[in-house]
Formats: sequence, C-alpha cells, structure tokens
Amino acid sequence: MRPFTYERADGLAELARRALQTGQGQVDAEVQFLAGGTSLIDLMKLDVLRPRSLVDITPLAAEHGTVELRPDGLRIGALASMASVAVHPGVVEQYPAIAESLRLAASAQLRNMATIGGNLLQRTRCPYFRDPSWTACNKRLPGSGCAALDGINRNHAVLGVDTSCIAQYPGDLGVVLAALDAQVELAGPRGARRVPFSTLHRPPGGQPHVETTLLPGELITEVAVPAGAWTRRSLYLKIRDRASYEFAIASAAVALDLDGETVRSVRLGIGGMAYRPWRAAEAEAALTGKPLTEANAEAAAEIALRDAVTNGHNAYKPELGRRTLVRALLQARAM
Amino acid sequence: MNYDPQSLLGQATPRVDGVAKVTGAARYAADEVVANPAYAYLVTSAIARGRIAGFRLEQAMAVPGVLDILTHENVGDALKQSPPGPDGKPSTTTLESERIWHDGQIIAVVVADTFEAAREAAHKVEVDYAEERPAGTFGDEGTQTEPAEAPFGPNPEVGDAAGAFAAAPVKVEARYATPTQHHNPLELFSTTCAWEGSKLTVYEPTQFMHGTKARMASQLGLDIQDVRAVSRYVGGAFGSKGVNGRAAWVAIAARRVGRPVKLVATRADGFTTNSYRAETLQHVRLSAERDGRLTSFFHEGWELSSRPSPYCVAGTEQTARMYACPNILTRVNVVHADRNTPGYMRAPAETPYMFALESAMDELSYALGMDPIELRRVNDTQIDPVSGRPFSSRSLMPCFDAAAVRFGWQRRDPQPGSMRDGEWLVGYGCATACYPVFTGPAGARLTLMPDGRAQVAMAGHELGTGAYTAVAITAARLLGIDVDDVTVSMGDSDLPPVIVAGGSSNAASTALATAKVCEEARRRLAAAAVTAADGPLRGLDPDALVLVEGRLRHDGGAEEPIRDALVRVGGRLEVYAEHVPDGLPRGAVAALGDGQLLFQHNGNRSDVTAFAFGAQLVEVRVHRRTREIRVPRVVSAFAAGTIINPMAARSQFMGGAIWGLASALHEATELDHGAARYVNKNLADYMIPVNADVPSVDIIILPEKDERVNALGIKGIGEVGIVGMNAAVANAVFHATGKRLRELPIRAERLL
Repeated sequence: MRPFTYERADGLAELARRALQTGQGQVDAEVQFLAGGTSLIDLMKLDVLRPRSLVDITPLAAEHGTVELRPDGLRIGALASMASVAVHPGVVEQYPAIAESLRLAASAQLRNMATIGGNLLQRTRCPYFRDPSWTACNKRLPGSGCAALDGINRNHAVLGVDTSCIAQYPGDLGVVLAALDAQVELAGPRGARRVPFSTLHRPPGGQPHVETTLLPGELITEVAVPAGAWTRRSLYLKIRDRASYEFAIASAAVALDLDGETVRSVRLGIGGMAYRPWRAAEAEAALTGKPLTEANAEAAAEIALRDAVTNGHNAYKPELGRRTLVRALLQARAM
Repeated sequence: MNYDPQSLLGQATPRVDGVAKVTGAARYAADEVVANPAYAYLVTSAIARGRIAGFRLEQAMAVPGVLDILTHENVGDALKQSPPGPDGKPSTTTLESERIWHDGQIIAVVVADTFEAAREAAHKVEVDYAEERPAGTFGDEGTQTEPAEAPFGPNPEVGDAAGAFAAAPVKVEARYATPTQHHNPLELFSTTCAWEGSKLTVYEPTQFMHGTKARMASQLGLDIQDVRAVSRYVGGAFGSKGVNGRAAWVAIAARRVGRPVKLVATRADGFTTNSYRAETLQHVRLSAERDGRLTSFFHEGWELSSRPSPYCVAGTEQTARMYACPNILTRVNVVHADRNTPGYMRAPAETPYMFALESAMDELSYALGMDPIELRRVNDTQIDPVSGRPFSSRSLMPCFDAAAVRFGWQRRDPQPGSMRDGEWLVGYGCATACYPVFTGPAGARLTLMPDGRAQVAMAGHELGTGAYTAVAITAARLLGIDVDDVTVSMGDSDLPPVIVAGGSSNAASTALATAKVCEEARRRLAAAAVTAADGPLRGLDPDALVLVEGRLRHDGGAEEPIRDALVRVGGRLEVYAEHVPDGLPRGAVAALGDGQLLFQHNGNRSDVTAFAFGAQLVEVRVHRRTREIRVPRVVSAFAAGTIINPMAARSQFMGGAIWGLASALHEATELDHGAARYVNKNLADYMIPVNADVPSVDIIILPEKDERVNALGIKGIGEVGIVGMNAAVANAVFHATGKRLRELPIRAERLL
C-alpha cells in the first residue's frame, strides 16, 4: 500500500465541479471514490490499485442510499448497503431475484459494508490481476499479455472474452440487473445522465484495462429497475463450490412471465462465466411464445452458450452454464 | 508407574485458558510487547528457478522510515548455518546466495519504523532475475524422481504380492492423486527478536520450544544458553510451525538496526516461506478371495519435494498395517521439482495415503458385491501384518458398528445412483481412520504450595489443542486436588524440555511426565508422613498412601490434609521428574534441550504396534443436474485409549473430520504450470469449508482401555480425525452417482 490522501465528499455538486480524475477502471487512476471499500482497500493493500487520493462518498448515503418501490419500477440508491437491499420487503416480494442475488453474495460482514454502486463495479478475482508479481496482465499492465490464457483459469470467463483478457465478472447482482433491463443514473462533471446498465461495463476489446464507460469524475448515484410482469416470478440460481461465502462457478438470473405454460416474456442473465454482466437475449427470443418445457429450456440454453470460448480448466463452464440455465428456468416455472 | 488409565477418563472440562483467549488477554507470539520495535516485511521471489541478477533498492530506501534492507549482497556470513528441512536434511535456502529455488522464496527483508513503511518499501524493491525454465510438479519436464525409504523403518514388504495378485479371483487396480495443500493456521507466521547484549530472546509460534532455541543458536553461531524462545500460545500450527527460513534473518536484522524487530508474514508469504502438504500420485493393487479376505496389497507413492530435500511421508507404513493380508509390497518415490520443501501437515502420511487405500477398499467392495463395512470386518485383525506384533489395542470394528447405528447405514441401498431425495442424488460412504502412536520424552517441575495448590511447569506447547487444560486435569487427578487449584506454565524454553507437539504425541508425552512428577511428590509426602514423630500416618506403609480429595490418605482410612503433609517437608515442595518412553536413552530429556527429536514409535518399539482408529461415515448429496456436492451429515467414531478431556477431544475430532471433508471437496493450492508458481495464496481463493458446508458433524468417542500403549493408555487424538474422510466422501460420491473419482479435490465439473 502506498501513501494517499483521504477526504470526505461534501456533495454531488462539489464533486462535479472538481472534475476528479477517477478514470474508467484503470489501476493507475490517481483518484478513487471510496464507498464500502471492500474491493478497493483490499486491492490497495495488494499494491494493485495505487491511488494518490481517496474521496469518501459515504457522506452522500443519506441522499443516495435509500430504496424506493414505485409503480414504474424500483429505485436503489447507489450507497445503499447490499445487506439493506437484500432484506427490503418490497424487493423481496416484487424483485426476488435481486434480493436473492444479494443474499447469496459475499458474507454478512461484507454485505453490511459494501454498497450497491461499489458492488456493480466490483473488480475481477483473476489471480493474475490481483498479484502484481505476475508480469502479464493486460488489465493491469496494458499490452503485457494475459497469463490466465495458459494458466490456472478454472473460474475464468467463457462469454464475452477475447485473447486480451478472460477475467470473469465476479458479481451476482449485476447478472440480475442485466437481465431486468436496469438503468444506472450517473452524476459527474458534465451533469447527470442515465444509461442502460448493459452499457456500463465495456467488452475487453483489446483494452481490458478500460473497464467502464464512466467518464472521469462520474459516479453511479442510483439504479433503476423497470417494473414488469416478469419481476415477481424471478430468481437467481448460484452454483458454487461451497455452500456460502463463495463466488459462482455458474449462475443464472431468470425472470418469467407465463401465459399458462407459454412464455409471454422471459429475461435471462448468466453469471460466473462471463467477462461482464451477461444477458442471453437470443435465448430469450427462442423461448418467447413457446411452452416452457425441459426440451425448450435446453434448446434455449444451447443458444445462450453457443459462443462460449474455453481455455483449458474452464472447459466445463459451457455445459455447467447450460444446466444451470435449464435448472433456473424450470425452478422459475415452478414458482 | 502403575496407574489405572481409567482414572484419567475425564470429565468434560472447559479450557483453563478459555477466558484469556476470548478476551484477548492471552499473548500470542506477535502480541508480546518489546521495547521500541522495528517492523520487518518480506520480499519474495517472483520466479521459481534462476538467480538474482541484481537489486534496485533506491526507491525502497527512500521511503520515509526505512532502516535497512537485507539481501544476499549485504548480509555477509551473518547466517552460520542454513535451516534444514523438516526432516533435518538439506533444504532450500533464502538470503544465503543469489540462488532461487522456488516461487515466493525470501530474497530480501525490509526493516522500517512502521509496518506500513516496511510494506510500502517492500513493494518498491525492484529485482532483476536471470530466469531459468522451472519444473513445478509431476509430469513437468525437468523433474527428477528417486526411490525413497520410509522414515520410520524399511518399506513394508511381506510374502509375494505380485504372485498372489496374479492368482487372485477378485482384484482392483487404480491410480490416485492428492493435491498440494497448505495448513493456513489462523495465526500468521511471525517472529520477534530482541537482543540484550549477546543474549537473544525469540518470540515465535512454535511446536518445539527447544528446537527453536537450538535452531536459532546454530544458525546464528550462538551459545545455546544465550537463546531463549517464548511461545505461550500458538494460534494453530498443524505441523507448520517449526523450522523456517525467516527467523534467523529477523534476529540478524535486529542486531543490524540495534533494536527489536517484529515480523508478521503475510498470508501469501505463508504459502511459500513455510512447509505444505505435497501433492502425491499413488498406485494401488488389491486382491481378495471371493469371501473378501485380502490376498495381496501393493501400494506405491510418488511425493513431490524441493530440489535439495529428500523429505517424504511414505504413508505406506500405515496402509500396509491396516488389514490382515499375507502378501504386501510397498514403494515410495520422491520427485524433485522447483518448489519449496514440503513438511508435516496434520496426519502427513495418512491423509493422502489412506485416501488411496480406503478408496481402493471401496472399489473392492463393489467388485465383491460386499458391504464396505463388512469387507473391513472380514479383514480386521489384532495382529500387525507387517511385523507380526499385536496391536496394543484396536477397536476399529466397534467404531464402525457404533457409527453405523448412529448414521443409519442399514438404510443404504448398495446400488450406485439408487438413492434420491427430490432433485438430489444421495450417497453413503465410509472409510477407516487411523493414526500411529508417538510418545516422546518430557521433563516437568511441580511445586506444591503451602496452601495445597500446585504449579506445573514444562516447556510444553498450547497450539489451541487444550494443552494447559490437559496437564491441569492430569495433575489435579493425581494430586487429588481441583483443576482450579493447578496452575500450568508452558511455552518458554527456560522451562524443562518437552518433545515437539507433533505426531499427536502432546497429550501422552506431557501427561506421562506430569504423572511422574506428581508420583514423585506423593512419594516424598508419604515418606515424610510415615517417618514423622507423630501424625495420623506415622508408621504406615508409604506405598499404601494416596493423594485424594485434598488429603494424603491410607487405604485403611487414616488421612491428613495435604497442607499438613506439606508442613513436614518445609511447607513447600518442589520436585522435578522426567518421563522417557521405553527404548529411548536415559538422557533423552537433556537431548531434547539441545533440540534433538526422540520419539517412541511403531518403528522402534518391539512389543506392540500402536494406532488410534476410527470410522468415518458420510452422506453426500449431488444435484442431479448441476452437480454441486454437499455433505449434510457426518458421523465419526474414534477409539484412542484414555481421553483426558472429552470436551477438547470432541472438538479435536470434529475439527479433524471437517478438515478431512475439506481435503475431499475444497482444499487445493493451485500451481501455474508454466511458471511453477501458486496462484491462490489467500483464504478467499484457497477454499476451506464454511459453517454452511458442515451442518451436522456427529462425533462418537468409544471408551478404550489400552494397558500396553503406555502407562496411562493415551494414544493421541490430534490427527486421527482427519484421516479417511476424503475417501469416505469420494466413496459416497461414487455411491450417489456411479462415478469413481480418484483425484482430489472432487468438484462439480468432474461429475458433469
């Protein structure tokens, strides 16, 4: 860890005026926003992130830390803790997949500290990224290569990857938000704007050190999830090596609107194997208008994983991903 | 000595140090307060093989507060002797030269006014390497394989295993693999060194007080009398806290900067600067008659080690003794690679090797169409098939029977894949647990105070196992006083030497020495009482006097309070005694004081073969579609002779069973093959079970009276609990799915 300055944010307007150079996920960004700190401080101790300045945004929690259930959808303040959203009665009842994805994430202690905005921007767990003694990591050292391609990659991504980076997006909530068409409200030097959550994380595109489409100085203030007939019949299924406190090796978010046996509308997200929060839109289309049978679920899962690229230890992921999606669909049908 | 072992069969007793531990009052080595300490941080190699071409230290030295950076270029001949491997034989080096033996090797030590400055500077040390292509593990080009001898005797061999196998009607042959694993005690590895003139005090969590003292003396070229080691509490050790490559450099750093230096190594450092459980490959052949009786057993192992170290565990010494079998052949090989030296880790030999044997026994049970517990019953024996000597006691089948009843084993449908619960495939599996008995020498000093309270002092080791409490219980029983009236001191090399707390020997070794010193106290009090000019015991037979209920009592009924008896010996009685197990030299305790290791074990005793035994039964559930594996239920039964404290013993067995489960499903240190470097050097990525993974662990402790193992009938309980559980889980996975997995850990992808 290197010396840094620490200050507490006064308000959004003040932050916007200062146009802080927070970057787009680059490890050498000079300024970092500090919220729960569960990812940031960890990576600073490991000497991966080396900010000269931390700006603590938790003073904004009073204004941007609440959960609001509206007729047109759900609004979650970016500084709400994961724990508080997981137990919010409206979320539990109307958006069970969101509650479940939070409940199954991390540990109780981490969920108490970590915020929704920080969770969405959680860094990869790729060991070659997290240890600076490895010299080949395009995400950390642009142009240096990717040690994971030929290395230990059992829990690396198979969807949305290229040869520059196969790091996996480790989060759970993001998978649900991708499926539910969420939007994120941003605030920054150029004012507020609202963008689809699906555009927040960039594909590697040969430049995996640039992780987000956030502009310098911008931060997430709110997550908006539109209402829909599918949100109540929604779930998040997480497959992992141990029963708790563990990242997914495969996960699926399913939101389902059924007309009898027939799929009126379905939203599918895939986790534990994608470079960024992943929505399986073509698989959704293949299911829509058809009866939700095991065979149709399997056919949709086939489509969802057909572009998977494996690199050795993670060769099991496409098959596990298909099975996870099928199981999640059949479980949602039974809800 | 002539004690009734049952007299120690104890009541569940809460830890005497429990309150100190949970309130933070207990001082672990890194908690010890030294004046004006500087802080050290390790720099470790980022390559696995090659040389250091040079350091660039300017940036690091420029960090405010940095006092010194030790490298091979500037330490001269400060280190007089390189630390050996855990077996006392040659091992890898650290700052002695520019040579890199393995990933994560200590190559520099940064010392600064604060921990933070030391860490920042360590991150700024730049190293130029001359890298060579490493070989990390089995199958990598450049490893060297050599045959080895088992550590405690010749490789077991009886009869004609090859001939019997060829002729047998039923046989199985298979290869098994177990992974690299690390101890990861919760307490990190630490060393604090403080000089006072030429005298050195080292605070370090250790399993062998006098080993640490002697090692520091020899490495630093000091008179052994000038070194004191202190380690009052250890936050878990499991075999990892002994000889190491860091401690001497901390002492040297302290001398260089002229003040005490404290080093608490990081979790990641713990993976590469200390020992570990090496990966193994194993080849097993088992054959039997159609009634299940074994006719041959062949077991060969390959174990990984560093380039210079011949260290191996050779669990074939145990597997060869498990079942009645007339033809046995075993072999073991060491495979040298560019890795650090492995070492003892809880049941070092038994955890990997019993996985292979107990998996093969399960495979044989299916080949025979026989219940796996019945197969073990058919081959149970009270005679060691290798030596021909009797087991001191062996309650293996009573363990299986007790566990089977509690578990409901009779509900098992033998057909694999036949048992289901909704979406989950259900499997039952079992395996034998064993651990050989080791007993070591120990000295003990006992002081009886005028008020009848007792103080016992010995350089014993509290690793979290309840050692203080076990000695207090033993002394209280034998002195006839309350546990609360006994104070125990340990963890200081100024106290009488005690054998290393390893090999599950701690309870027996310390209890036998405690018993001896208590008997000596009784003898002195009795002698004084019967020769006194007056008093109720005058003229009685001193051997008919016992200490009980705070009194010195004759079996005819005459008695006096222990306080009165003490008045006759001057009010306060201090006695010293040593216990040396049969077959070891008379001066064994003094030799311990010089850092030597002397054990009584199955390889050097001629009367019996001594093991603790147990039975591990588990229920496994595998999701029929996504194949994640869960273990809702464990039932384990153990018989390990005299149990001093059933409360602590239950925890030990339970912790062992959970660790065994982890070794089946979770634990593995992942090696990047190209770089020969570990990649999961933290407790998030190195998986261990969480509470949700172990919802029910049911421990049964069977009473067992063993009058041959030693005078108190104590076998040791620290390690047997882990053994066999990995095989029980693998066997249950086969029962649930019909898929035999012979490589650990077992994870969902292997079942897709």
